[in-house]
Amino acid sequence: MSKDKTLGETLQERGVSRRSFLKFCATTASMMALPPAMIPVIAATLEKLRRPSVIWLSFQECTGCTESLTRSHSATIEDLIFDTISLDYHHTLQAASGSAAEHAREEAMQENYGNYILVVDGSIPGENNGYSTIAGISNKAMLLEVAAGAAAIVAVGSCAAFGGIPKADPNPTGAVSVSDLIKDKPIVNIPGCPPIPAVITGVLVQFLTFGLPELDQLGRPAAFYGNSIHDRCYRRPFYDKGLFADSFDDEGAKKGWCLFKLGCKGPTTYNACATTKWNDGTSFPIEAGHPCLGCSEPDFWDAGSFYKALSTPTEDIGKTAVYAGAAGLIAGAALGASLRARKQSAVKNHERVTIDDLDQES
Amino acid sequence: MTANGMPASTIASSAPCAPPTGNLVPLLHEIRHALTRWLEQGEEHVIDLRSIPLAPGEEDSLLEQLGEGEVNARLSITGPSDIIETRYPAVWLITHYNENESIIGRFIEICEVPGILKSQADDIRAGLERLEDQLSNAETRA
Repeated sequence: MSKDKTLGETLQERGVSRRSFLKFCATTASMMALPPAMIPVIAATLEKLRRPSVIWLSFQECTGCTESLTRSHSATIEDLIFDTISLDYHHTLQAASGSAAEHAREEAMQENYGNYILVVDGSIPGENNGYSTIAGISNKAMLLEVAAGAAAIVAVGSCAAFGGIPKADPNPTGAVSVSDLIKDKPIVNIPGCPPIPAVITGVLVQFLTFGLPELDQLGRPAAFYGNSIHDRCYRRPFYDKGLFADSFDDEGAKKGWCLFKLGCKGPTTYNACATTKWNDGTSFPIEAGHPCLGCSEPDFWDAGSFYKALSTPTEDIGKTAVYAGAAGLIAGAALGASLRARKQSAVKNHERVTIDDLDQES
Repeated sequence: MTANGMPASTIASSAPCAPPTGNLVPLLHEIRHALTRWLEQGEEHVIDLRSIPLAPGEEDSLLEQLGEGEVNARLSITGPSDIIETRYPAVWLITHYNENESIIGRFIEICEVPGILKSQADDIRAGLERLEDQLSNAETRA
């Protein structure tokens, strides 16, 4: 597809029917978690789109994010690469290697300076170049050079977004995130270890269709990271009823009760796993019987054991509530304030309670 | 409470999944409200089933309760798409598959005919050109 032609013109030339295009738009809207009423808007925008150049840089990473992306089932990577974007540089996916690959990057930068999209996966090590270099160029130098000509940057995966595993204590390489180094460009964070494939492609298509998406305080697109796993979890009714699995093989686990006591980080994790799901919408960790690890939140590796329950206020709520009832609204407000303060303090000090502690309280 | 005259107890008991989300009955009510709006105001409505948390088995239960009506069409458009009118007229179930026959989108549309089923103006134009070419070629040969 020529970069000068719009997507609509190219599809017409290829004999792709309008129905096929509408199907693509409908499934794309669904993937982007947009209301179905937006389908005609997506169709109208994508039709006029000219393929933007995308440069993908991989730094301190495990390639899991690319593995995830290439397993995207809706709006496949092939669709995305060949129809919507021009992926001009990607170590893992491109055929060229060595100086030819670097030449492709330089050429794409030169031709599209100021207009290309930079996608980054992996964190960036500190000043010691020995930790990670590409073609003799340090990761930091390459990021700064490519970012300078980018229209916007998409940080894919928890490593690029927040530092991820390389940054885990004691952070031997001095790893930092993209937003630690780049301050003058719009950055969209797509955290997750790895991120859901449909979310990666969805954000890219959303970005191309509507521009910079609405972001939360951590730079994540609200369309995918606007709800906690807990709020969208099909096991939520059990949490509300106080029905929990206490071990991985007890009656509660077999009945599919809430995994909170087994360390589920769903209440503090914002991601689309509970609705978009994984492996072509088959399932997600909680559905498979495992607590959420909270992989789309900053520093999740250092947030205590995956199998310890989240910190909870240790106040004896029942007893305090009786006093509140006796003393009226003022004491009621005080209870709320006391619990909030205790909770904030627990969060601040990274206090954790064990499953045994929870048992004693109940 | 009933959805389309179906007792709530029937709806709940036919759900085979272990931990239900409780979203099934509200979903049926959303369809009921949409049907009323279509009859009164002609307003169409689309529900993206992927945007609603459903427990394993709940979606199958929903499809079972909607059933199949008089129309069942299969489109061949970059992977098949099934357009089925459910047993409730004007309630359409649209399932899009990719070329590997994996589901990539599922919608419930409340309308007379889903837009994707209609012939599209661009395609009609292209088809007309093809027919005109064919006729002029035939005349040339004659």
